[in-house]
Amino acid sequence: MSSTVPATSSYWKRNQQRLAPWLFLAPGMIMFSIYVIIPIFESIWISFYDWDGLGPKTWIGVANYVELLDDEAFYTSLKNNILWLVLYLLAVPAGLAVALFLNQTVTGIRLYKSLFFFPFVISQVVVGLIFTWFYAPDFGLLSALIKTVTGESIAILADERYVTLGIIAAGLWPQIAYCMILYLTGLNNINPEQVEAARMDGAKGWSLLWNIVLPQLGPATFIAIVVTVIGALRSFDLVSIMTDGGPYGSSRVLSFYMYEQALSEYGYRMGYGAAIAVVLFMIMMVFITMFIVRMLMQERNA
Amino acid sequence: MFPTPVQKAAPWVRHVYTIILPVALIVWLLPLIGVAITSIRPSSDLAAGNYFGMPSRFAGFENYTAVFRDSPIGWYILNSFKVTIPTVIGAVGLACLSGFALAVYKFRANLILFFLFVAGNFIPFQILMVPVRDMTLKAGLYDSISGLVLFHIAFQTGFCTLFMRNFIKSLPFALIESARVEGVSEWRIFRYIVLPLMRPAIAALSVLVFTFIWNDYFWATVLVQGQHAMPVTAGLYSLNGQWIAAWHLVSAGSIVAAMPPVLMFFLMQKHFIAGLTLGATKG
Repeated sequence: MSSTVPATSSYWKRNQQRLAPWLFLAPGMIMFSIYVIIPIFESIWISFYDWDGLGPKTWIGVANYVELLDDEAFYTSLKNNILWLVLYLLAVPAGLAVALFLNQTVTGIRLYKSLFFFPFVISQVVVGLIFTWFYAPDFGLLSALIKTVTGESIAILADERYVTLGIIAAGLWPQIAYCMILYLTGLNNINPEQVEAARMDGAKGWSLLWNIVLPQLGPATFIAIVVTVIGALRSFDLVSIMTDGGPYGSSRVLSFYMYEQALSEYGYRMGYGAAIAVVLFMIMMVFITMFIVRMLMQERNA
Repeated sequence: MFPTPVQKAAPWVRHVYTIILPVALIVWLLPLIGVAITSIRPSSDLAAGNYFGMPSRFAGFENYTAVFRDSPIGWYILNSFKVTIPTVIGAVGLACLSGFALAVYKFRANLILFFLFVAGNFIPFQILMVPVRDMTLKAGLYDSISGLVLFHIAFQTGFCTLFMRNFIKSLPFALIESARVEGVSEWRIFRYIVLPLMRPAIAALSVLVFTFIWNDYFWATVLVQGQHAMPVTAGLYSLNGQWIAAWHLVSAGSIVAAMPPVLMFFLMQKHFIAGLTLGATKG
């Protein structure tokens, strides 16, 4: 703040507060634009071309999308994605149930909570391998259990009827753990006086949970639903690890089918793959828009 | 407190709870326990059909030695560290800057940019796959650690910025105001006032990003092809193809691959959970 500031510096001094945010933002924004924002538009653009990833691109208009309409495998993937979405949401109430079960103060409860959370920390590749082993016919633990109960042996991952359900169950394992930890934190932060007051008024059990506790867990529920919906639509790792889309493509989901079309032995169909990705992106945008609108309302209220 | 503490409940409820708790844990972790036991089983057990009983002897030492000696898993783990550590530093560093900008300054595009970061963080990876792979190829970074690191830094910046921005918003703004009145430059406000207060957020984010990146499988398969740059997730999958039916080796390999994030979680548990739940407590 000396009086002999050179002209350039005084321009900086005068405009510092206006320029500073852009300088702070520049590195992150440049990286994020190059690798995330711009590629979204590039993908949409590529979806109108026939392209093998190396040679020249040929403009074919909406032909890729027209082809999708008649593609059996696309419908199988879409149907499986819906199944994933619906069943994956069970992780939210299940996580709440586990959290309520563990929300006690007995000795060693901290360790119990961490061990219940364990599946979330492990890579999905490892989860996939664990469950492949768990389901394996003849020597898998679950198959052995089913055999003792029903007398029948079922090869879950080789059976078109059960394969997707089996993979979703594997995915629910870490996802329930995730929702549980969100709810445990939420339960920690609820207002004890309100709960006690409701108890004085004779509320207990379900009605206490439903009318007093759950409304206070609103933020936890919101985050749990967000991460579960995103997780369900992003499912790729488990399908790739456990079945590679099989048997006969019956466990494919859109994310996996896209990868298969664009980058696998079936040929490098980048344009067609991009079209599948655009469809998945549109589905996710519906949810993303809902989340953003809700967050925006909270920002306005804050 | 909800539900009612068991200490206040009838004695039989307390007893039932203390019995159910460990039983529930064992059922919950059954798949994992099975794998852990399999990883110390001698291969002769598997050949003899002893899948669930007590291992006939402790073969953990030889199984784990075999995994490291006969497969490149040690190399894959090294690759995973080489990808994960620079990503954590890069993404958290960039997010400190951009989070500060979005939390402290009022300008017209602020909320739009913020929601761009938030939305970008939720999109499906597949919409980025073709262009990012193409770009990485053209830049000569395909099948290299740096190609993977650059993408991860950029993508994680979205989530990290969301996190940092919300954290800085919760700091007392008066601190920054009074520094401005004193004529402290914006950079020095960031460097000497805000950054020291961000330490818990930096710790939480670092642990979280470490786990995310360590466990990434999709980008490891899209941007890497050969062994020399392959992280342990993709490496383990390719080893699984070689170790057909050698479940004692697959199990040992899985446990090795899972170990670093698990250790990270147990050592930094407080930070980890603070990171995951920041959004949940603050709405």
